[in-house]
Amino acid sequence: MRAVAAAAGLVLTLLLVAAVHPAWAVDAATLSDPVLQARYEGLIHELRCVQCENNSLADSDAPIAADVRRQIRGMLAAGKSDRQIKDYLVSRYSEFILFRPEYSWRNAWLWGLPLVLLLIGAIVAVRIVRQRAALVNEDDADVDALNS
Amino acid sequence: MKPRFLIPLGVFAALVVVLIVGLKDSRTVGVLQSPLVGHRIPDWSLPLLNDPNRSLSAQQLRGQWYVLNFWGTWCYACRAEHPVLLAAQRDARVQIIGVDWKDENSDALSWLAQLGNPYAQVVTDKAGDTAINLGVAAAPESFLVNPEGVIVYKEPGVITAQSWKREFLARLPPQSTVPAAAGSGS
Repeated sequence: MRAVAAAAGLVLTLLLVAAVHPAWAVDAATLSDPVLQARYEGLIHELRCVQCENNSLADSDAPIAADVRRQIRGMLAAGKSDRQIKDYLVSRYSEFILFRPEYSWRNAWLWGLPLVLLLIGAIVAVRIVRQRAALVNEDDADVDALNS
Repeated sequence: MKPRFLIPLGVFAALVVVLIVGLKDSRTVGVLQSPLVGHRIPDWSLPLLNDPNRSLSAQQLRGQWYVLNFWGTWCYACRAEHPVLLAAQRDARVQIIGVDWKDENSDALSWLAQLGNPYAQVVTDKAGDTAINLGVAAAPESFLVNPEGVIVYKEPGVITAQSWKREFLARLPPQSTVPAAAGSGS
């Protein structure tokens, strides 16, 4: 009996968790053209809500996010490319609005640094392994000398 | 024998440098710097709060220093900022143009009647398109615009008495005062 109650509680909890999933906050507004609608969905998932910072435009129900979404729909309908729409918003809100930062020389170190650290780690590891291997040989030599 | 013990010392010194630089900049961490600073303010033209049939635009304010202050009666932080704006208006060094953002005119008018009106002019941005065009994320935000129409500073939050002095007044020419017919709308 208690097991049934526990199971029911678990199911209820999971349902509640599912009910507050942020993706459900997306507004119902759609574009008549399915191709534009697909691009719209793509854009609002890649752009950040400028007020709530860790939500995408798609996830956020902040009024400013709704305004930016409306503006994106307007620009899509006016025949603007994804590039033009992103460039416009970056020119106003800086690259912060992009969830995937653009590659540039200014932030190249951000992408390159992990590789450099990995390389340094690999060099250090190889050196340690070589040193230890040399130690083992020396030990063997000592033992051989004792046995003879 | 190589001085290998110096390696951790060097790493530690580098860490100290990084942390000191981080501490020095900590005041601005998480604050979005507007890419519009240093550039001409995007053209805007908005209806006046007290006479929606007339409008005020960036063009009309060309040749004058002004502060463009985004606010709304729904914005708690704007209430905290209000006394600072009133004091700034009494100083009369620069005119403040209010943009009542995504708000009801009646709410805005009663707010100004209750708390006092620090603005030379108030315009309304009901749809919020101008706010987006100026890169506004959350109220209050303020722009200091020079006579050439260039944004010389943006305050990304509440103006305090200190930041008003340090960031706004310090950028004005010493003799600057509010123009006699402060940006009358058309």
